[in-house]
Amino acid sequence: MKLVSLSPCTPVSLRACSPVSLPACRLVSIKTMSIHKLSLCDLQEKFTAGEVTAAEIVRAYFLRIGQVETKIKAFVTQAKESASAQAEALDQKLKGWRKTKPLTGMPLAIKDNVCTEGVPTTCSSRMLQNFVPPYDATVVAKLRAQEYILLGKTNLDEFAMGSSTENSAFGPSRNPWNLHCVPGGSSGGSAAAVAADECVAALGSDTGGSIRQPAAFCGVVGLKPTYGRVSRYGLVAFASSLDQIGPITKDVSDAAFLLGAIAGHDPMDSTSADLPVPDYMKVLKKMDLKKLKVGVPMEFFAEGLDQEVEQAVRAAIEELKNLGGEIKEIQLPRTDAAVAVYYVVATAEASSNLARFDGVKFGLRAKETKDLLDLYMKTRQEGFGPEVKRRIMLGTYALSAGYYDAYYGKAQAVRTLICQDFEAAFKDVDLIVTPVTPTPAFKLGEKSEDPLQMYLSDIFTISVNLAGLPAIALPCGFSKAGLPIGLQLIGRAFEEETMLRAAHAYEQSTQWHLKRAMVR
Amino acid sequence: MIACVARKKVEMIYEVVVGVEVHAQLRTRSKMFCGCGTTFGLSANSQTCPVCLGLPGTLPVINKAAVEMAVRAGLALNCTIGANNRFARKNYFYPDSPKGYQISQYESPICEHGWIEIAVGDGKKRVRIRRAHLEEDAGKNVHETGTSGSRVDLNRAGTPLLEIVTEPDMRSADEVVAYLKGLRDILMYLEVCDGNMDEGSFRCEPNLSIRPLGQKEFGTKVELKNINSFKFVKDAIEYEIKRQTKVLNEGGKIQQETRLWNLDRGETAVMRSKEEAHDYRYFPDPDLVPLKLDKDWIEGFRGTVPELPAERAARFATEYKLPEYDAGVLTASKGIADYFESCVKLFNQPKTVSNWVMGELTRELNNSGTDVSASPVSPERLVSLLQMVDKGTVSLKVAREIFPEIYASGKTPEQIVQEKGLTQVSDEGALEKIIDEVLAKNPVQVAQFKEGKQQVLGFLVGQVMKASGGKANPGKVNELLKKKLGA
Repeated sequence: MKLVSLSPCTPVSLRACSPVSLPACRLVSIKTMSIHKLSLCDLQEKFTAGEVTAAEIVRAYFLRIGQVETKIKAFVTQAKESASAQAEALDQKLKGWRKTKPLTGMPLAIKDNVCTEGVPTTCSSRMLQNFVPPYDATVVAKLRAQEYILLGKTNLDEFAMGSSTENSAFGPSRNPWNLHCVPGGSSGGSAAAVAADECVAALGSDTGGSIRQPAAFCGVVGLKPTYGRVSRYGLVAFASSLDQIGPITKDVSDAAFLLGAIAGHDPMDSTSADLPVPDYMKVLKKMDLKKLKVGVPMEFFAEGLDQEVEQAVRAAIEELKNLGGEIKEIQLPRTDAAVAVYYVVATAEASSNLARFDGVKFGLRAKETKDLLDLYMKTRQEGFGPEVKRRIMLGTYALSAGYYDAYYGKAQAVRTLICQDFEAAFKDVDLIVTPVTPTPAFKLGEKSEDPLQMYLSDIFTISVNLAGLPAIALPCGFSKAGLPIGLQLIGRAFEEETMLRAAHAYEQSTQWHLKRAMVR
Repeated sequence: MIACVARKKVEMIYEVVVGVEVHAQLRTRSKMFCGCGTTFGLSANSQTCPVCLGLPGTLPVINKAAVEMAVRAGLALNCTIGANNRFARKNYFYPDSPKGYQISQYESPICEHGWIEIAVGDGKKRVRIRRAHLEEDAGKNVHETGTSGSRVDLNRAGTPLLEIVTEPDMRSADEVVAYLKGLRDILMYLEVCDGNMDEGSFRCEPNLSIRPLGQKEFGTKVELKNINSFKFVKDAIEYEIKRQTKVLNEGGKIQQETRLWNLDRGETAVMRSKEEAHDYRYFPDPDLVPLKLDKDWIEGFRGTVPELPAERAARFATEYKLPEYDAGVLTASKGIADYFESCVKLFNQPKTVSNWVMGELTRELNNSGTDVSASPVSPERLVSLLQMVDKGTVSLKVAREIFPEIYASGKTPEQIVQEKGLTQVSDEGALEKIIDEVLAKNPVQVAQFKEGKQQVLGFLVGQVMKASGGKANPGKVNELLKKKLGA
């Protein structure tokens, strides 16, 4: 076991340039060259110390974006001009007196379903291709108050519906570890951008695994907070009772840092919890897992789990044991119902949430329509892609008179049972450990013709959303083909600390997070 | 009541069964789920924000004041207040519904199982209230002639409404009107609704069916919309009773449908049939956590329910010895009743005050479209005028004549009386002088009076009043005339 200080100034920042970025390295200073490789905590430390300016940070990142973005396609919108202007202004302001806020000058990317005032927010949909929100999401307002710099808005499956970004109306993003593979989804753009060093960290949203699955596929850290921990105000709703915004970062410390920046009660979101936000960085200090009871649910190691994934996760469980964790086998018997419940509840809510896209007030309006009904039908026909339409139809059906009890009512009842499974399990354990995904990243096009196969790729993450619990995905190995494998830690509601502490201890005792994607 | 139909062959007597839905706009300062104002009549879309425009990503937050008003209304309507409230989404597409759904309550309304009492003939009757629930209003589609397409004004979107639904307990148009008036009075008394029917703050939709008298089963229900006055409620229901009676008597069937009242034609017409009825796909709104109301918190409002119109009318009748008619009129509006009581405190002649408040004051308020709370004539000023009449400083006639001026000018009654020199003449010397002149001019009438024609006295008093420019004190004139004529 390795003990590190609170601000983990790891050797990452000092490593040599990758071959890809070499030609550019010659043109710029060594300092600028390595900026994009730093973790958020490290970059923050350097910036606070005055070793690097905001303008240098922004230049370094757009240099990196210029090098790899044509391959990765992580962004829907790049905000180069505003980012540069903001950086200059910050540097001017800070001249001679460096009083900074936690995120001052930190270059972040935000999933394009989180509203940013004055910057297009498309949800990767034709419906909102030209939509520029007149307001900031609460998380964005919090970041803005801390003087962050927005590099751009990242790609997603349209309206966050999907597991590969292949449902984006603007084309899929690619996995930085293998460009033939998907980055996962729906926050695939954010995960790919972090993995490809196109931003220091990013925000994603997670309804059924949309932060954790792409984080696992891209070999980065993704955290879905407890439902209610982070305000949803300004997150374009997919399924209101499941959606949460969370960080996607290069390591666990960064996730803790960014979560602290966005968490907390918001009077604009009735479902946000009015609870104090702990200092997530402080809890990382404790590096062993003594007395921590870790549950392993048998149901998650069943048929369909890729062997390499199982081996990596089992090895990780062994490592947790070495760190002092007490491993216990537990049961979550309703796991097999989770996907079915999810695709009733999530689609039902979505069918209603997406009703506002009607061509009347904002977004796309179909041309040459003969009457109101025609306006509605043509706008929605043209504006939504096939997966969104499929889910609206599923959800509308599930809520229809005569079917409500059999579908929506039943799904809610089973959802309660799934919650009870977790409650029972958490009486015996402090943490639950599982794989994030059944397989490593799959190839583009491999599952896009088979929605059911695609839905099943979220089988290990979905029940966490249904129960509203916090979970983190972090790297725990690689397949023989060189694709990252993710480990999922699930915590008790509003106990992100325990989860973060364990994740951090595991991360620091392994080296997986230090291995970076070589974009080629 | 019974709608009798005198037909040659079918002598069927039908009974109408009516239930009513009322949408009462709550008088909160801000909207139901956002901080926008609720003022009526502002320029289109000036009272909107991302939340009530339904912009992507926005979320509703419940307005506490609206919940309080609903609780107070519920208590006054003798309802049970639900401890666990859920808001639900009612899904339908329409341009004035910015989110594509309306946030309403479905399974657990805030108020249930209440009743109010209405007067029926000489007796009283309870109309049961099935439920009252909170919801948000829609915007307005604006169709301007000479422009292409329609426009949407979302100023009203998100305004809090209390939808109050009765059981099918009413049996005539008059009962429905009595119920609506009673309900409106209560809501206005509680100051939870301004009751303005023109501006749509109090909208009513009767559901009615008819059935042969004595039959237990209800007939097929028709819902009436677009009714914005008590008179139209009565007209529409009576029209509908006639229409349905005719259909049945001719062997037809009543269709379940929604019909619109057409004011110009004085008839109802089909708006949509049952087949076109929406499946609203209600489900609990996941954006709003269940609203739990603490029992003590609810009970805390019980003491704040003021004396309601019916109780107050009864008290006015006994305490002030007013005719029931006066008591009813005065207490129909809380503002008027308060005004009346303020006056009586200063001037203890209730019937006189009542006459003035129901007469002169109400006329001026109506003419200028002013609420009594904003009356330019305060109770103090009205009382000072009444006192001048009482003391004989001015005549009743003059007081009535100058009231509109007092109302319009904002001057005190004393000022006006003084400016116009309207002080009543009670000075005997001055009056005797006028009387002598009048008697000298009318010898014939004087002779008639002396012959015993008593009624001529009135004529002579009138002549004196006229000669004095209306300022003479009529009592004094009477007295002096009689003396002069040796009566």
